[in-house]
Amino acid sequence: MTSETKHIILEAKELSIGYSSKKKTEVISSNIDFSISEGVLVALVGANGIGKSTLLRTLAGMQPALQGSVQLNGTSLKEYTALQMANQLSVVLTEAPASKNLTVLELISLGRQPYTNWMGKLSETDQKAIQFALHATDTESLLERKCFELSDGQLQRVYIARALAQDTPLIILDEPTTHLDLYHRAYVLKLLKKLTKETGKTILFSTHEIDLAIQLVDKMLVMTPKAMYFNEPNRLIEDGRFDTLFPKETIDFDKNSGRFQVKK
Amino acid sequence: MQSQKTYSSYFIILLILLVFSALLNISLGSVSIPINEVISGLFGGETSKESWHYILIDYRLPKAITAILAGGGLAVSGLLMQTLFRNPLAGPFVLGLSSGASLGVAILILGAGAFGGFISGFLLNQWSLVIASALGSFLVLLAVMVVSFKIKDTMAILIIGLMFGSVTAAVVGVLSYFSNAEQLQQYIFWSFGSLGNQSWNGVLILGICAVIGLALSFFSSKSLNALLLGENYAKSMGLHIKKTTFVVILATSILAGSITAFVGPIAFVGLAVPHLVRQFFTTSNHLVLIPAVLLCGSILMLVCDTLAQLPFSEYTLPINAITSLVGAPVVIWLLVRKRKLLF
Repeated sequence: MTSETKHIILEAKELSIGYSSKKKTEVISSNIDFSISEGVLVALVGANGIGKSTLLRTLAGMQPALQGSVQLNGTSLKEYTALQMANQLSVVLTEAPASKNLTVLELISLGRQPYTNWMGKLSETDQKAIQFALHATDTESLLERKCFELSDGQLQRVYIARALAQDTPLIILDEPTTHLDLYHRAYVLKLLKKLTKETGKTILFSTHEIDLAIQLVDKMLVMTPKAMYFNEPNRLIEDGRFDTLFPKETIDFDKNSGRFQVKK
Repeated sequence: MQSQKTYSSYFIILLILLVFSALLNISLGSVSIPINEVISGLFGGETSKESWHYILIDYRLPKAITAILAGGGLAVSGLLMQTLFRNPLAGPFVLGLSSGASLGVAILILGAGAFGGFISGFLLNQWSLVIASALGSFLVLLAVMVVSFKIKDTMAILIIGLMFGSVTAAVVGVLSYFSNAEQLQQYIFWSFGSLGNQSWNGVLILGICAVIGLALSFFSSKSLNALLLGENYAKSMGLHIKKTTFVVILATSILAGSITAFVGPIAFVGLAVPHLVRQFFTTSNHLVLIPAVLLCGSILMLVCDTLAQLPFSEYTLPINAITSLVGAPVVIWLLVRKRKLLF
């Protein structure tokens, strides 16, 4: 049951992330190394402003790496065209889709764009993928609703359904649990877990729900100011990796319960 | 993109309305010609008065076709810009496109005086008017686009559109100071907007430009649909953003530029018609929206023109005034009723 023998989907090698302009280069994090294999659910955690979104954007090819490389399915990101990439990787972003006037069905079926002809005509395969996405995210009853009519929880399910309809081996989600109530946070994480198990997809998401993530995910990426750790949650707990995540004066990690405690 | 409904019945209704409003538009005017005479006159038959035949073929028919092309084209360019800038208030007039086109025309008509009269006769044919106007709107749109890449705030983009309007007005003011009365009059009449007095040659040029612009728009439907999710999502689905943006900008400036060259700056059609169509068509699919907006824009323009020529009187009002009188209340009504404008 060693995941090392499995096919590797996403790999970062000596990766350095940040922003560069003509005037200066701002490195946010460097020496990032990890490899994520097929069918695994990975949570990326870290304090606000540590660079979780920057890392995800770099991994998804939305911004260039400063140094090092990202390998998607064995090939460097740089060698992918936008369309080839769309066959390998789908995303759920923190930004809401620009148009709130889209119906749920329209939004989800947009996920099939990489596969359709110039008119965007949906084939039988496309219809099947959409039906699967609707069923998996429990959004069938919302089909004709417009996005501006939905709650945050419903919207998040719809965004995930769109990414699912795109039918890629890897899905990257940036904070899919933000703005959701406790039930929906657990619902979304359970849904992601179920998807990795049943479809063999690899899912990487960033979150602030460390407690929930520890209970559910296969592996975790922990970003701290000093270094980045990649391992199974219980191993990370044993190694005390969560202790350095936040300033100890305010909250402390309790190894026995696997939860953060507020210091009184 | 998948839509639950098919809208064929809606399109049939729109087509009937278009034919009806076109016939009404052609039949009414300072001389009103009965509809049956209009039909027989248009299809090569005899009219009871010979002057009617002349009025129909050489004046009213080109005017009606110009109205159809201008209304439809402006409305489609408004739709494209609302999607491209992800802003429900975008439109050729608001974003300064019409101002850009005006500037192009002003430099051509008024600048000809300032730079010496010998080129004016050579320049002032219809193609040069179209090119100057399309170039003007293309440059403004390009400038707005560059700014929008730097500033993500869509409100700022609208403000910049308004600023371009002011700059244009200032440059036109300076140019008119150095122009003679005849040139000034020519420019002022152009800026009132007029669908009439088009030669068949002019209608043909406008038609060619409109067909090119509309074809580019229609073939961009799938990319425009992707843009509804925003740039990052569109890119993640394999869309070539720069290419799409360029094609859409090109289509918009061909449409808005050529139309403005021929009929003058016309307000509100580009802004209001897409919103009007969204009240009846619940889809966001551009493959459906573009033809619907095209038809609806044509109908609205024909109706506005019918009103502008003040049936049974000798007077014709500037078309720009009528579209504003009709368009502004529509936008206000939509805002009040829905409390928000969505695109």
